[in-house]
Amino acid sequence: MLEVRELKKSFRDQEILKGIDLTVEKGDVVAVIGPSGAGKTTLLRCINFLEKADSGAMTFDGADYDLGNMKKKDILSLRQKTGFVFQSYNLFRNKTALQNITEGLIVARKMVKEPAVAIAEEMLEKVGLLDKRDSYPSQLSGGQQQRVAIARAMAADPEIIYFDEPTSALDPELTGEVLTVMRRLAEEGMTMLVVTHELGFARSVADKVVFMEDGQVVESAPAGEFFAAPKTGRAKEFLRILDRA
Amino acid sequence: MSERLWNILTEGFTRMLVPGLTVTIPLTVLGFSLAFVIAVAVALVQFAKVPVLKQVSRLYIWIFRGTPLLVQLYVIYYGLGQVGLRLSPFVAGVLTLGINEGAYCAESVRSALESIPVGQLEAGECVGMTWWQTIRRIILPQAMRTAFPPLGNSLIAMLKDTSLVSSITLAEMFMASKRLVGRYYEPMALYLEVAVFYLFFSTILTLLERWGEKKLNTYEYK
Repeated sequence: MLEVRELKKSFRDQEILKGIDLTVEKGDVVAVIGPSGAGKTTLLRCINFLEKADSGAMTFDGADYDLGNMKKKDILSLRQKTGFVFQSYNLFRNKTALQNITEGLIVARKMVKEPAVAIAEEMLEKVGLLDKRDSYPSQLSGGQQQRVAIARAMAADPEIIYFDEPTSALDPELTGEVLTVMRRLAEEGMTMLVVTHELGFARSVADKVVFMEDGQVVESAPAGEFFAAPKTGRAKEFLRILDRA
Repeated sequence: MSERLWNILTEGFTRMLVPGLTVTIPLTVLGFSLAFVIAVAVALVQFAKVPVLKQVSRLYIWIFRGTPLLVQLYVIYYGLGQVGLRLSPFVAGVLTLGINEGAYCAESVRSALESIPVGQLEAGECVGMTWWQTIRRIILPQAMRTAFPPLGNSLIAMLKDTSLVSSITLAEMFMASKRLVGRYYEPMALYLEVAVFYLFFSTILTLLERWGEKKLNTYEYK
């Protein structure tokens, strides 16, 4: 469904991504893990064009794209097929929970109001926040905001949802409620590419694990295999350190 | 108070109030509307880093913030008149006030735009909206809330600056008071009276601003 080849990205003269290859099959949950500074977030941002990649190729839903040279029109149409969940939620602060979801449907997808509201209510129900439909982001907890953000990403019925460390800004108690929503989403068959520090989540939900370090994919394997017996020394050490913590 | 002075002040009341309502206030409203439109456009051009237009914007702000309003009035009314573009004092006043205050307001709007976290724009683009759709529906409404108090300041400043337009022969409120002083030679009483009028109008604007700020606050904080 999604294939990325030889993705490269530098900031000034520092190479952040040194040629990333990545494949996500339809219905898969792929967890991207690795130490801070590995380039995980940059990878996700390049795939969704929040950062411009220097070079690389992408196949999305059978169509090929040159990541170093994207057309505006292609970016816009690809974004309508994807959802993005940010570490810092980024809910529209001037919109209610409901409007946060309807906004993209009405403005970007030219949907009329009533069906958009119906979809938004259904999505809020799914993340257990229908009673907060008229609350503004400033009136919601971090966990609730992130659940609305997930509902917003789901609303457009995307082919894939990218998650950029969705629980890193939350305390442990609130992390649980967000992970529960994500777990349910995975069970429903949503294709997900998740940058995360939550090894427990990766272990129990992910189909595949991509271990990154220093701008490279060090190891990529089915989740069960990876956690049972990582092949590379670096992955072994990473897991050992985290397990001890 | 002598009866003579009392009579002068009551005569002054209507003679100042009428041009106040028919000239000073329209001058302020129209001038500020122009300033606002200029400000949003100039701020957006800089925010979006549009080449060339961005430099033009900086040049505009540099010139109109760096020269006195009074001199600008003279150039636009007398100067342009000399080269064949004759404007009525009222039109010249609206234009000058708008262009002058627009330079200040542009900076208020620009700093407000820049205060909005970049994640708001990214989130808009990630739900498939175009840059302009996100600006219009997400960024500008939030920026306006931040820019509102400084813009309110500019509005009140403009109300007071309209008095300068008397110098290009427009019979506004301050001109009315000067004429009365010329006739009765009571500068203290009459200039204080016109000052009270300005204070009255600016108080109304302050109250309006406070009301507007409260309305815009609906989505912020609990």
